[in-house]
Parts: sequence; C-alpha cells; structure tokens
Amino acid sequence: MTADRYANLCIGITGLNANDNPGPGIAVIRALRAGLGDGIRIIGLSYESMEPGIYMHELVNKTYQIPYPTAGTAALLERLAYINEQEKLDLIIPNFDSELYNFIRISAQLQQMGIRTFLPSHEQLALREKVNLSDFGKQHGFNVPADRKLFRIDELKKAKDDLSFPLMIKGKFYEAYVAYTMDQAIKAFHQLSATWGYPVIAQQHIKGTEINIAALGDGNGGNISIIPMRKLYITDKGKAWAGVTIEDPKLIALANQFAKATNWRGGYELEVMRDADDNLFILEINPRFPAWIYLTAAAGQNQPETLVKMAFGETPGPMNEYQVGKLFIRYSWDHVVDIADFQQISARGEL
Amino acid sequence: MKIKKNIATSENGFIFNPATGDSFSGNAIATDIIGAMKNGDSEAVIKQSILDKYEVTPEQLNRDWDDWIIQLKEANLLEFE
Repeated sequence: MTADRYANLCIGITGLNANDNPGPGIAVIRALRAGLGDGIRIIGLSYESMEPGIYMHELVNKTYQIPYPTAGTAALLERLAYINEQEKLDLIIPNFDSELYNFIRISAQLQQMGIRTFLPSHEQLALREKVNLSDFGKQHGFNVPADRKLFRIDELKKAKDDLSFPLMIKGKFYEAYVAYTMDQAIKAFHQLSATWGYPVIAQQHIKGTEINIAALGDGNGGNISIIPMRKLYITDKGKAWAGVTIEDPKLIALANQFAKATNWRGGYELEVMRDADDNLFILEINPRFPAWIYLTAAAGQNQPETLVKMAFGETPGPMNEYQVGKLFIRYSWDHVVDIADFQQISARGEL
Repeated sequence: MKIKKNIATSENGFIFNPATGDSFSGNAIATDIIGAMKNGDSEAVIKQSILDKYEVTPEQLNRDWDDWIIQLKEANLLEFE
C-alpha cells in the first residue's frame, strides 16, 4: 500500500466544537492533514450551527449537520447516506463519546456503503463507562477511585459518609465538579442529573498530578502508539489548556495493561492521577481521541493518521519513539465569518 | 546521591524532569552543581569546587548542601542507589 492511496481520501469528522470544552475534531483534522497532506477532503459532521470547525474552511472542506444521537441510528444512517451520495466518503472518525454507540451499531451498513471506520465494540465501549469503571478496575487490577452511583439525592449522604469530602460529582457522560461541602454536592447532583440523567456518580477525590495518555489500540490486545502528557495548565472545566509529553515506563505499562485487558480497537484516552506515593489511578477512560491529539503527531506518533491506515487494513508495528518535552499551549482566536455562512448551515444544514 | 539520569538541563538554568513534566528554574550555581552531579562528580569534589570559587566557609557550605539535597528530593530529581 503506498502513501498515494491516502492522498485523496474523503474523511468525515465529528467533534468540530473547538470551544473551551473542545471536541477533538479539529485536532484530528490537523493531524490528518499533517500526515496525509492537503489533498485529503475533510467533511465536517456537526450537530450545532455554532461549532467553530464548520467555519474553518482551511481545515474543513464542507460540513453537514447530522441528527443528535437521541434521534437513533435510522436517522443517522439516512443522513449519512445522503452525505455519501454527495461526497463519496472513504472513512468516518467519530469523536464524541455519546455518538459512538450509534456509529458502532451502523458500522456494518457504513462498510457496505464503502465507508470505513475503526471503532471499538459495544462491549468494549460499555466496560469503561463511568458507571462501570470501578468494577472494571477491580476485575482487571487497575487502581480506580472508589465511587457510588446516585439515583436519588438522599443517597449523597451515604456517599459522603463512605468516601468523605472532597468528592468528585460526575455526570453520566460528561462534566464533573469537586464538592467540598454537602451544599456543593447537592447543587452538582441536580445540575448533572438534569443535564445527563441518572446515575450521577460520586467519586473519591484523589489528590495528585494529572496525566493523560492518548493511545491507539490494535484490537488484538496491543497498542500501536502511546503518548503520555502531563497537564500543565488546567481550565475550570478540568481541561488541559497546556501540557507536555513525558516519559515514564509505568504509564506505558498502564496503557499496555489496558489494551491487553480489553483488546481495545481504535483511539482512546486514559485520564490518570498520580498521587504522592507514585500510585497511578485511572479516573476516566475516554473511548476516542482526546482534544489534544495533535500533540501525538507533533511528538512523532501521528495517531489519527495511523488509525486511517489501520482502517484500510494496514497492520503497523508499535511506535516506540516520541519526543519527550514537546509542549502544547492552546489559545483562543476570534474567527470572523460572514453571516451568510451561519445562515447557510442553520437553514440548509450544509456549508 | 545522584541526579536522575534523564533529567534535562540547559545552560540558562532550566531543569526539566521528563518523567513527571515538572520544570524548574535554577540560578547559575544551581546549574553548575547539577551539571557536576550529572557528570558523576562526588559530593566532596563539588564542594571543593565551590569552596575554591566562592567566599563561603565549609560549615556554611555543609548547611547549604543539606538544604540543597532536601530541595532536590522534594523536586523528585534524585535517584537513590
């Protein structure tokens, strides 16, 4: 297989919300263009009209709105069939946790339409869900903070008695707040249950250094790439606004242990806390590339590019070398566009 | 006591621990001492070099050295044999 095979691919990408809680789409696109060249055609798949990536025409050739995950797989498939008629997609890389279930479910139909994916299974997706993480840790020998699943507000008191403050109060899919008092915990519980439903999760708070690991599993128990990153600047939403690649065999071993335990297929991220005694706790496992994924390309292991090649049947060997001390610093930028663009995507669902 | 082998230092006093991502700024003498420790120079050799170069008594240097080692330990820059 030659590099030319990939030079003119048409790739659908979700997660264009490059805001203060960014989706990974723009970083994935940037890595793909760095690895495969500017001959590729990027089709943005958006949910809302204000996702900045829709308007970043130097990165995204055209964007189509797609139905929310709650609309179900039939609506998604119908929309993607239409998009495919226009664009002849070669591949889709979904980048949101909440849409993965549907994309996995329709992956066989997409394949029949000539659209490839490289995704984990539903079983793999489920075992790392926040509500299952504690059991997963016990089963496979990972340090995972103790947690309690909360379906009613009165269960908070028992969680506080069991785990004590401070507590991490987490939404079923996204968002988390540190609670130091019962008032804060109650407020977070109501906010998160209203947004994401039940259960809300109360998790033991681990103090330490926050580290994320971006990795690419081959689906056979191994990793093709592992890049650990220490968060250097963290936003009030807990997101890394700056970070640096680091080198620690224990972190590589942790990712390899995860891949071996799950046979993970595709990109994923381990959110890790290292405590003062050098213990590594897995706080979350995200079933897709993280928003800082371009750093993997900058450090010498272009994970999105490699995922594309694996989707086309290549079986690359593990990449072991990367640049340690490669730093990213995110920034904000006022992108100015004509109102006509906004009208076009809002009214027609295409831009 | 030795500085961890993988600690990166630069001439301008920047110290980076690639295992943790921690970074520190050191002054000129800190840079010199870390450089000497990375070279494998013994404590006695480094101390003698400081005594030769700076106006400091051996007693004061020993006290400062103990403080220095504590700082290196806290910064997780030392390797224990």
